[in-house]
Amino acid sequence: MANEIKLSNIAHSFGDETVIKEVNLTVEQGEIFGLLGPSGAGKTTLVKIIVGILNPSEGEAYVQGTKMPSLKQMREIGFMAQSDALYMELSAKENLDFFGAIYGLSPSDRKRRIAEALNVVDLGNHIDKPVDKFSGGMKRRLSLAAAILHEPKVLILDEPTVGIDPVLRQSIWKELNYLKEKGTTIIVTTHVMDEADKCDRLALLRDGYVIAQGSPEQLKQEINAASIEEAFLYYGGARQ
Amino acid sequence: MNVFPIIKRILRQFRRDKRSMALMIVAPLFILTLMWLVLDSETYHPDIATIDVPDPIVEAMENQDAVISQMTEEEALEELREQQLDALIKWEEDHPIVLLEGSEPSANGAVKRVLQETMKAMGGQPDMNPEINFLHGSSDLNLFDNVGPVLIGFFVFFFVFIVGGVSFLRERTQGTLERLLSTPLKRGEIVIGYLGGFGLFTIFQSIIIAAFSIYVLDMFMSGNFWYVMMITFLMAMTALSLGTLLSAYANNEFQMIQFIPLVIVPQVFFSGMFNLETMEPWLRAIGKVMPLTYGAEALRDVMLRGQGFSEFSLQVYILVGFSLLFILLNIVALKRHRRL
Repeated sequence: MANEIKLSNIAHSFGDETVIKEVNLTVEQGEIFGLLGPSGAGKTTLVKIIVGILNPSEGEAYVQGTKMPSLKQMREIGFMAQSDALYMELSAKENLDFFGAIYGLSPSDRKRRIAEALNVVDLGNHIDKPVDKFSGGMKRRLSLAAAILHEPKVLILDEPTVGIDPVLRQSIWKELNYLKEKGTTIIVTTHVMDEADKCDRLALLRDGYVIAQGSPEQLKQEINAASIEEAFLYYGGARQ
Repeated sequence: MNVFPIIKRILRQFRRDKRSMALMIVAPLFILTLMWLVLDSETYHPDIATIDVPDPIVEAMENQDAVISQMTEEEALEELREQQLDALIKWEEDHPIVLLEGSEPSANGAVKRVLQETMKAMGGQPDMNPEINFLHGSSDLNLFDNVGPVLIGFFVFFFVFIVGGVSFLRERTQGTLERLLSTPLKRGEIVIGYLGGFGLFTIFQSIIIAAFSIYVLDMFMSGNFWYVMMITFLMAMTALSLGTLLSAYANNEFQMIQFIPLVIVPQVFFSGMFNLETMEPWLRAIGKVMPLTYGAEALRDVMLRGQGFSEFSLQVYILVGFSLLFILLNIVALKRHRRL
């Protein structure tokens, strides 16, 4: 399997504050890779570097062998930001139509993909509802639909399951697994430890450092931990 | 008492937001100073050309602080058209015929005052009952007609600035700008797309405002309606590109509103609504960097003086230049959010 995403020696600072330090990691094609860490650990910054919104202060980020940021490569990436980046005045369909058009989908492709994506996130019945009438969970799902609309090869999701009920969370993970089967590489950030078990591999992030990485089983076995949370505490403590 | 914690909290917020605090103190001082500079100026000395006027009368007029120059009728008419003169006085059969430039009520008034005072000084001899004609406008050109073109330009500028600025700001605060920057869209495409969308709307807005002013409010109008449209549209594009540019330096809607007294209000003073000819030249130069100055001047050329494109083409090009400059700066300002 090819290295779909490669970060080498990434460091990033905002002014004097360094939020990412010496991050090296690789993500294989077709796996679900989790970035696990408390808020403020640098997950969002790291994700924005991969997406190409931020230029890292140091080091290099590659997606499918292309050094980021690259506008051409951005076409192959789907991004779901932490905030629901939606236009409140517009309906679900109008929002997706806008994002689809940005990625250059033809009107007929857009129509087909909008219907598919809305079904995936179970919003098929709210297609014409303006987004400001949506609940928090519905907005989250619509953001996910917008990210998968153009069938990206790499999908990057920043806290996708915040504010979503367990039933729906399960269906989102089902969908992520389905996309993975189709060969999509997925990066998910989360601070919910039990979600980590659903990832193929994990990087534990704390204070800008990757304190450990590997599959959930590996991470637990190495230190005989019963849960990821326990492993996180162990690696976090070991670092200090 | 629940009041004190609230007071404390507000003071605390102010302390954190140094800019809002400065604005509440500095901005009123700034505006008051400007008003003083503009309104507390010396009496206006009109420029008058005399043709065949008897010397004693010329002397008497000079004593009234009028700037008198003697020239031929052709020269005088030429200078009057170029607004270098306020009036020309021609002597025919012991009787003055006055031709006022007409588009500036305060200059009209000053010329009439000089004539009255001269008449008084000459003891009513010879009979100075003058015949007064207007090059532009007419004696019923009132203050509203005179400032009308400026007001059209101003209101278009003001509202487009605010609405455009705030909506681009919201794009940032609600996260959609970042979302757009995660797509292959170029920064320039985002800026141009924004201006394009708003631009279409402002064409519509320009038609409504211009038509309402001219046909409903019956504002004095002697030029081509489509020129008025074109100039208001250019004003709107300048305002929009400036608004979106400045929104990059505001963190919320409130800070956007704070730009009004700093960016919008000063433009009014230099826009031609007040006569600036008695102002120090270096102060008058401030107006040269303000888009409204050019928009208002062009609108007055069309509406009051009925002039053709060549007369205000310079102003039009300057407005286009302002828009292009602000658009470019917008694209550069977006680099703060994505380098590429």
